[in-house]
Amino acid sequence: MPAVAEPELEPGAEAQLETQLEAQFEATIGRKDRIEPRDWMPEAYRRTLVRQVAQHAHSEIIGMQPEGAWIGRAPSLRRKAILLAKVQDEAGHGLYLYSAAETLGVSRQELTEMLISGRQKYSSIFNYPTLSYADMGTIGWLVDGAAICNQVPLCRTSFGPYGRAMIRICKEESFHQRQGYELLMTMMRGTDEQRAMVQESVDRFWWPSLMMFGPPDDESPNTARSMAWGVKTHTNDELRQRFVDMTVPQAKALGVTLPDPGLVWNEERGAHDFGQPDWDEFWEVVKGNGPCNAQRVAHRKKAWDDGAWVREAALAFAAGDCRDTSGDTSGDTSGETSNETRTV
Amino acid sequence: MTGQVRGEWPLYEVFVRGKRGLNHVHVGSLHAPDDQLALRHARDVYTRRNEGVSIWVVRSSAITASSPDEKDPLFAPSGDKVYRHPTFYDIPADVPHM
Ligand SMILES: [Fe+2]
Ligand SMILES: [Fe+2]
Repeated sequence: MPAVAEPELEPGAEAQLETQLEAQFEATIGRKDRIEPRDWMPEAYRRTLVRQVAQHAHSEIIGMQPEGAWIGRAPSLRRKAILLAKVQDEAGHGLYLYSAAETLGVSRQELTEMLISGRQKYSSIFNYPTLSYADMGTIGWLVDGAAICNQVPLCRTSFGPYGRAMIRICKEESFHQRQGYELLMTMMRGTDEQRAMVQESVDRFWWPSLMMFGPPDDESPNTARSMAWGVKTHTNDELRQRFVDMTVPQAKALGVTLPDPGLVWNEERGAHDFGQPDWDEFWEVVKGNGPCNAQRVAHRKKAWDDGAWVREAALAFAAGDCRDTSGDTSGDTSGETSNETRTV
Repeated sequence: MTGQVRGEWPLYEVFVRGKRGLNHVHVGSLHAPDDQLALRHARDVYTRRNEGVSIWVVRSSAITASSPDEKDPLFAPSGDKVYRHPTFYDIPADVPHM
């Protein structure tokens, strides 16, 4: 904050300044340089990013639930330790992303409230239930696999903090996918019943995994602008295609059938043709009518409400309300007087 | 720029030294009620896989920053001093060890 008041701008000069700033912003994007938090940016760019990064953060946090539900039922100590580590990573991913979103001028509390009140969304995949332990493998293989397809290009997104969070996340995702695939391989080497469990799980998760890339390009009106801004670098359909092409040989090696009779190699395109998921179902889930939407948000709200006393007690302790404060001169930790400014 | 929300834990910036011999590098931020818990949270959030041998945390409000704008006059003094770079000096190619 400058200590001296800004000089009054003459009428018209403000608009001129805005045009100049916009040109600088466009030039930075044009050079494929990153936009950093304190740079001037168009309001629509900021809003788009807040929406996208928040939605991404919420997905990581809500995404802990379908897998977290199985930690207590893991079949061995090895599987339990792996699943715990994976779910803990997803919490970390959510925190990296919330921290990136906060550099855009929204508070953590606002973000949490927007998730709990349903004003911001999360990935529709997490509104499907996990019905068997095979789902732990399928989620790692297909759901984290689809997430990797989405996230690798985002490491180069135009907003610096978002790209840096994605780099950290991508480093950890490979473990998620491999542990899932290994789990499924183990089950496929087991009994007929176990093989049937894997196939049944793949049948349920295949189409929702394809939906993770979002609606088809012609129904995704914001894609063009996001690409022009360098926020997105590939369209939904491009990434979906990439995912299908990567997954087919993995399914073959595993010995499962992907539940799409239209899935065939197209020699001419050098890619697989495949069927479309049920987009009506997708929009229903997005609107909140999926099998687990209400349960997921209620669970998050309960955790937030139940944790309120811990947050308050920790603040009170830090403020010295309940300890000997000799030597502690910080004094402003109650948060009422400090004016935090994001700089990095 | 966000003012701190009432009742929200303050924001800390986290710096991690990846291994001995390297500088601490900024890795992100987190909320914590006090310095000690900020360190613990930083360990859990940013070093789950031995990414560090040392962590610094500092209240975000304690950081003073220059404007990141590349046109910032703060950086102007170094902009026109090409003679500070070794490539400014022409040395014949056959002179060794330069
Ligand atoms: Fe994740
Ligand atoms: Fe993951």
